[in-house]
Amino acid sequence: MTQSFNPSTPSGGRPWIEGRFEENMVLTTVEQAINWARQSSIWPMTFGLACCAIEMMAAGASRYDLDRFGAGAFRATPRQADLMIVAGTVTYKMASRVRRLYNLMPDPKYVIAMGACTTGGGPYFKWGYHVVKGVDLVVPVDVYVPGCPPRPESLLEGLMRIQDKILGQRIAKRPEGGKVDDELPVPHHSGYVTSAVGDGTLVFDHQKVQP
Amino acid sequence: MTSRESNRGPGFVDLVETALPGAVTGRNLEALDPWIECPPARLAEVCRWLKTNPHVRFDALECITAVDWFEPDPKKAAKVAWQPHIELVYHLWSTSARVSLVVKVKLPRWKDDVPGSLPEAPSVAGIWRTADWHEREVYDLSGIHFTGHPDLRRILCPEDWEGYPLRRDYVMPLEYHGIRGR
Ligand code: SF4
Repeated sequence: MTQSFNPSTPSGGRPWIEGRFEENMVLTTVEQAINWARQSSIWPMTFGLACCAIEMMAAGASRYDLDRFGAGAFRATPRQADLMIVAGTVTYKMASRVRRLYNLMPDPKYVIAMGACTTGGGPYFKWGYHVVKGVDLVVPVDVYVPGCPPRPESLLEGLMRIQDKILGQRIAKRPEGGKVDDELPVPHHSGYVTSAVGDGTLVFDHQKVQP
Repeated sequence: MTSRESNRGPGFVDLVETALPGAVTGRNLEALDPWIECPPARLAEVCRWLKTNPHVRFDALECITAVDWFEPDPKKAAKVAWQPHIELVYHLWSTSARVSLVVKVKLPRWKDDVPGSLPEAPSVAGIWRTADWHEREVYDLSGIHFTGHPDLRRILCPEDWEGYPLRRDYVMPLEYHGIRGR
């Protein structure tokens, strides 16, 4: 904001707050500070389902070093993670677990679909009887990283796009609702049994009936 | 009778026939993997003899395979020599004599030709422990019912999966618990 000198204003025309403190003082908004802190310490969840996980591990190891971008603390529990890197083939049997783990993660949470399998079925699209044709049928995906498998550089790029997205986060809700520009709806497919069992009894112990 | 050649030659199969008359219905001992064929009803008997006989003990079951010989394409039907059937292939290995043997069993694609009723073969899980999970996998993917198996459940697909995916006439599901399949 540019201001011309005006003696009638209380600050005497000087900028309201900038330049009134000593050096080594940084001014920012709470929102920016929170977003900056968030984007520089993303905690991904250890979530390797197939061959892509090898590449994800490579990205986490010393040569590519995901830790340079603050995302090196892979957590083995969804409770402590805010990024789910779905690395590998999601089968129908796994889909309800993926959804469940996603639901267990604290907000704000982000999902990277890594590899051709998770973005759309990949090599199993036509003849794979057991592969979900894209994990976005089960959880909302923020960033797609294509490749079979994607190189670690691609995953790093995907991570930076997630960081961009975090920077756009708002503390207050936007008028349209939601906290980010392009907040995604959670898919209604869950992989859980709904209609197969009407009375709420579990058919098999691994299935959880959607409440 | 422990040298490699004698086990692959006709001599050993003659021993099987002497011990279990009529159990060997086909053989090819010149193949890279020499095989014998036996009727499904006598499979367990043959396997037990192969494991416990005093000559060459086949003490390891390497794998069980089910091959679906499906009805051929109408254009090629004139050239093929088989009727639709399923073949179970057991690869055996003798760790002491270091020889292998393949046992084959032919089954109908469906029991009594009623689609959906699984063909039956005797389980060999009581002879080789390995067979337990192998037979569950064959049951899961190719739909063979192993009679006498201790715990015949699906092993890879979810328990409520329908159909047997490695059958040639398998139709892929359109959806599974609300997730679109195609
Ligand atoms: S995209 Fe390729 S590398 Fe990745 S899980 Fe699928 S098959 Fe494996």
